Amino acid sequence: MIRHQENTLTLRTPEGVRFSLVLAGPSVRFLALLIDWLCILLVLSVLGLLVTAASLISLDFSNAVSILLSFLVGMGYSIVCEWWWNGQTLGKRMFNLRVMDRQGLKLRFSQVMVRNLLRTVDSLPLFYMVGGITCFLNKRSQRLGDLAAHTIVIRNRKTILPDFDQLFSDKYNSFKDYPHLAARLRQNIDPNDAAIGLQSLVRRDELRSQDRIALFSELAAHYRKLVAFPDEAVDGLSDERYVRNVIDLVYRQ
Amino acid sequence: MIINLERFIDEERPYWTEFETLLDRIAADPDTRRNLEEIKRFHYLYQRTSSDLSKIQGFAREPELGRYLEDLVARAFGEVHEVRQKPHRFTPFRWFFHTFPQTFRRHIRAFRAALLITLVGALLGAAFLAIDPASKDILMPFSHLTGDPSDRVAAEESRLPTALDDGKSSFSSYLMTHNTRVAIFCMALGITFGIGTLILLFHNGVILGAVFFDYINAGETEFLFGWLLPHGVIEIPAILIAGQAGLVLAGALIDNRSGIPLGQRMRRCANDLLTLIGGVGVLLIWAGIIEAFVSQYHQPMLPYALKTGFGVLELAALILFLTRAGTKTPDSRIET
Repeated sequence: MIRHQENTLTLRTPEGVRFSLVLAGPSVRFLALLIDWLCILLVLSVLGLLVTAASLISLDFSNAVSILLSFLVGMGYSIVCEWWWNGQTLGKRMFNLRVMDRQGLKLRFSQVMVRNLLRTVDSLPLFYMVGGITCFLNKRSQRLGDLAAHTIVIRNRKTILPDFDQLFSDKYNSFKDYPHLAARLRQNIDPNDAAIGLQSLVRRDELRSQDRIALFSELAAHYRKLVAFPDEAVDGLSDERYVRNVIDLVYRQ
Repeated sequence: MIINLERFIDEERPYWTEFETLLDRIAADPDTRRNLEEIKRFHYLYQRTSSDLSKIQGFAREPELGRYLEDLVARAFGEVHEVRQKPHRFTPFRWFFHTFPQTFRRHIRAFRAALLITLVGALLGAAFLAIDPASKDILMPFSHLTGDPSDRVAAEESRLPTALDDGKSSFSSYLMTHNTRVAIFCMALGITFGIGTLILLFHNGVILGAVFFDYINAGETEFLFGWLLPHGVIEIPAILIAGQAGLVLAGALIDNRSGIPLGQRMRRCANDLLTLIGGVGVLLIWAGIIEAFVSQYHQPMLPYALKTGFGVLELAALILFLTRAGTKTPDSRIET
């Protein structure tokens, strides 16, 4: 059911569909932890001011409250945040990280508790050395708390529906005048080669001009080998236009 | 075959958008109960999007669109395939008086193991001190225990009643939080296949044994029981239960004979770990209060017989609670 590849975890649903989760590495998790420590420090400082005011009434009482608050905030911060924000603390939110069940299921309160209680071991001997080393050595980047709670930490991807409108414009495509050649092209082209062409067009603006020219030249040369369109169809076409026409034919039958 | 991407997106986009909106609503308000029609629609959209993702992965290899659909499927996966029983509404009274003792009894073997290793440690601690009295400085954890017990007893008994008035609340808070930290640590060390838990329990046992031997050997048995029993009869079993939780965790890690995958074993024991450590927390709050407000007062302020009697009563109540409470109610184990 589960396959691991580089820093992603691929899950297969009972319907046979695969989806992958990007795992968060130890360094980014440590940065999120630093933010969380700062948050805890801030909360304790604010509460400390209030408790100091209470010492005017009773020093013993204010000391007792201070000890209890330090314990509760220190232990409870991550538990409350991760439960409230479905696997995120402030630090994790900043770095787009999220705690998840290792099998992609919903995160349970017991899992949140166990992974956070085991911080006492992960944080040994100092600065989360045990947790960091375990995270570094584990193929799913899990610290001991994650292993016990059966959780992983993933990086949330910002995904939006890609815009293909500019790609599939209604500009004249000379190759469509030759339906038998277009059919042969669709038959001959390897789906991976077609995907490379599509991606090159989608990301053309991210490339430097000389790289773009070289890429489309190579791609056009490769596509020309698949089917030979007549001269009048390709006359005056740039390499990029050639690739665009091919992709248009393949993906817009 | 390569699909017609433009037509495919045009046809499917409304479904994806509807599905995304539905997922956003669920994320914003996960506790709202949906009616049957809404659930059916959600399931239909999940299946349709899964099918679209499968098509994209097989026939278009368009990574950006694939990632978008993967994200939708991943977000819905947990909602659709969650088969674990939903936890009951948490009721603290029922949890403490039923679930906690039931869980304790269910893992009684782990508790016996924790008790045994502590007793072995205690015997060895007493033996070390008997054989080599010079090792006292190493064995005793606190400076006030390294001196002559009779000197300490004399000092404690001559202390004015007002000497302890200041600082009782903060001392109590310190004891509660410190002991709870130790208990959590003891439980968490179960992740080292139980070795860390056993070492911690053994170490505790060595200290206890040394202290008991030292005071009994000095003829201060009455003081020892009057000082330790009121809080110790709760605190020591609480640490043993934390050790029990650590051994339960270790058992889930090690036990591969059952044929149950590791992840499932860990999920199964998670609720029991929390119940045990939660119960330990409650016991340690009680022990912290008693240690600060009762244990530190000695004769003539509080007669030792009274303190010892109180300790014995507490122990009896604890044994009764752990062995009898919740026996008439069904086992509240939650399969996770």
